[in-house]
Amino acid sequence: MSLSIVKENTEMQLNVNNNVTTAQASNKLVFDTKDLNLWYGNTHALKDINLQINEKEVTAIIGPSGCGKSTYLKTLNRMVELVPTVRTTGEIMYKGKSILDKSFKVEDLRTHVGMVFQKPNPFPKSIYDNIAYGPRIHGIRNKKILDEIVEKSLRGAYIWDEVKDRLKENAYGLSGGQQQRLCIARTLAIEPDVILMDEPTSALDPKSTLKIEDLVQELKKDYSIIIVTHNMQQAARISDRTAFFLDGEVVEFDVTDTIFTNPADKRTEDYISGRFG
Amino acid sequence: MAANNNAKNNYVDVKGMIAKNKQAKSFSTVTEKIIPIILFLFAIITVFTTVGIVFTLLTETIEFFKLVPIWDFFTGTVLKPMSQNPEFGVLPLINGTIISSVIAMLVAGPIGIMAAIYLSEYASDRVRRVIKPMLEILAGIPTIVYGFFAFTFVTPLIRSIWPDVAATNILSPGIVMGIMIIPMIASLSEDAMSAVPKAMREGALGLGSTKLETTFKVVIPAALSGIIASFVLGISRAIGETMIVTIASGSSKNFTFDITQSMQTMTAYIVEVSGGEAAAGTTIYYSLYAVAMTLFVFTLIMNLLARYVSRKFREEY
Amino acid sequence: MKYIDVNQVSKRMNGRIAKNNILKSIFLAATVFGLIVLAILIYRVIVDSVGWIDWDFLTGRLSTAAERAGIMGAILGTLWMMLVVAPVTLILGIGTAIYLELYAKKGKLQSIIQTNISNLAGVPSIVYGILGLTIFVRAMDMGNIILAGGLTLSLLILPIVIVAAQEAIRAVPSFLSEASYGMGATKWQTIKNVILPAALPGILTGAILALSRAIGETAPLTVIGIPALIIPFPEGIFDKFTALPMQIYYWTLDSSLVAEYANLAAATIVVLLVLLFVLNSAAIFIRNKFQQRF
Repeated sequence: MSLSIVKENTEMQLNVNNNVTTAQASNKLVFDTKDLNLWYGNTHALKDINLQINEKEVTAIIGPSGCGKSTYLKTLNRMVELVPTVRTTGEIMYKGKSILDKSFKVEDLRTHVGMVFQKPNPFPKSIYDNIAYGPRIHGIRNKKILDEIVEKSLRGAYIWDEVKDRLKENAYGLSGGQQQRLCIARTLAIEPDVILMDEPTSALDPKSTLKIEDLVQELKKDYSIIIVTHNMQQAARISDRTAFFLDGEVVEFDVTDTIFTNPADKRTEDYISGRFG
Repeated sequence: MAANNNAKNNYVDVKGMIAKNKQAKSFSTVTEKIIPIILFLFAIITVFTTVGIVFTLLTETIEFFKLVPIWDFFTGTVLKPMSQNPEFGVLPLINGTIISSVIAMLVAGPIGIMAAIYLSEYASDRVRRVIKPMLEILAGIPTIVYGFFAFTFVTPLIRSIWPDVAATNILSPGIVMGIMIIPMIASLSEDAMSAVPKAMREGALGLGSTKLETTFKVVIPAALSGIIASFVLGISRAIGETMIVTIASGSSKNFTFDITQSMQTMTAYIVEVSGGEAAAGTTIYYSLYAVAMTLFVFTLIMNLLARYVSRKFREEY
Repeated sequence: MKYIDVNQVSKRMNGRIAKNNILKSIFLAATVFGLIVLAILIYRVIVDSVGWIDWDFLTGRLSTAAERAGIMGAILGTLWMMLVVAPVTLILGIGTAIYLELYAKKGKLQSIIQTNISNLAGVPSIVYGILGLTIFVRAMDMGNIILAGGLTLSLLILPIVIVAAQEAIRAVPSFLSEASYGMGATKWQTIKNVILPAALPGILTGAILALSRAIGETAPLTVIGIPALIIPFPEGIFDKFTALPMQIYYWTLDSSLVAEYANLAAATIVVLLVLLFVLNSAAIFIRNKFQQRF
């Protein structure tokens, strides 16, 4: 019951935000992380993370391998729980509700917080069935509505023109870049508020990478996007704010321009200028 | 010169020894040539085994069909090999084989696949490490022990609930055969499901699916060929299983669909006839081979089908 | 425009999660079902055999009188038969595996042999019984002696041993054999001195597991024709014999005539299962003890 009230609030916030055109102008929080600690068994992977992530912005998370950036991202939709030994303390508030609380259903959380993975992972089904998968499990059976959702999502991910004539073909016939945009479309189909992207272009060629980056710019009009990347140019190109992670800690979090031109911390500067990583 | 030689002799003259051995190499080059030939002859024994099976079954079956028309054999519903006017219809045996296999698969299919789902999708590593070896024990128990179990425990148990069931019946060995096949289906299906990449599950879970939805809508469709292959192999195993049905289903050659009654399978017929030391050259003796040939073809088709399914429909992720 | 009604989704969520949890318990129950049956089976066998396994039973001769029956003859028959099966399958199995993995050229012949082996593994054991009956017992005129039974069972488990040996040989890392070739060793020297010793634990583990399959096999022996009552102990591979599973078979069949035979069958099952347990433990021991870490 209380859950649906929260959702109504969400709807209202969305309506308000649609009127705000520039992302920076919005200061509504989507995620508020307070003193988050995370362990894999005995490994302390995230240490006292405090981060406020704004709505309708692109937030980039950068840092060297093993710094905990992917772990943090996967904590935001509790995908991290797939590792059996994982343990957390602290709090992550999603629009005012604590998501690490066991009473917050992960299935519910993940319909609001979609995810795009490092490697494209379409299901071994047709293109159509890939997109319709999410709406179907969430109870939409009407063929006409499904058709509309599929088209809208594929258009939203800028892949409609490439696949509209072969919706019934297996998704594995697509190129890697197309598969990744299909996976983005698949996420759009469940109409999430937030899209998490875990190094979405690391397995792609430069041309496909650019397409995805353009797409991210378009998507931030309607979605809050959090993207993990090891590619600093990419973070600089597409994000509004950037967080720099090192050894499980947030070293610095600021407007992207500031991070890349005038970082406050020596370690950030070293990383950005390529002195380690 | 001599001093030099002496000094040298204090060390092991490796080069000299190798050179000397090279002289003896002619023997070893012969070895190098002969060994592969011997090993090839070993390897070819397996081919001879197959040829032997097919040849013996075929020649004696042909003899049988000289005595009993092939049409009568495959369409006859009466099997009375020991009677004054013997009849050799194989349908009662095929019927018994199919019914017992169907019962076995009704037990092993659902339970095996559910166990596979649990082990592959739900169980923690620790639980899996305990349960899998225990299922292997179940698979390693000799079938004769299952036969004893069916005859002395399961049949009386069924009869205490359902008194119409005969002392020897097809139901009890069918069920026990199913239990015997569970580990095979569970393990092969679990292999197929575990082979589905983790990324695929993450994709489904990331869209808000429950584990159940992920399993049925993504994992099982992706692993379907392996799961079907495990079922087909299970059927093949049930068709060829001998001791459980021989002990617990008796030797009535009824052509019936009443599972409370005794029926004979092809395998049980072979045991009965060969154990009776049928004299070579008699019709009964040849019928042994005709039934064995039928059984062999049945299982061969199943095994080829299983291989075809898992090759042809292997998903490429 | 929104197609997905968040409230609808939320309303359905509890049902979906409940369904998941209910089915999870059902899946668990299905998994445990087999183990419960295993427990009942072992419990039943032990209960039926209590009071029947004693020194006289283990060392005595067969008899129609349940009280006086002993299974030493069957134990000896099984052991003698394994003395045939073990060397035959090891030599043929390892030889075939070496040929297929290390000598055979990848091509038609090799793929025929390989396909044939996997087909043989799927042939019902009773068909091997018919082969043994036709070739060993009748054509070679051996009669139903230990050698005939042993050779029949050898053919039956040969595919299992070959596949296990192939896997063990394939698991030997190539740097070991390269090191041997690098010192000028010939192919056979390399196989004999480097590859086989490294693969041996894996081969033995597989062979012992196959052997324990052979020990429990009954169907081929029934076809070869084993008399129900054989009083003298076998003294060599040319003697007539009975084996543990055959004794279980006869006693179970006749338990409807003489109730005590069921106890004898149960007691024999215990002996058979203990034997299998010892063999399997040996296989696991070898696997753990000699597992090479390359």
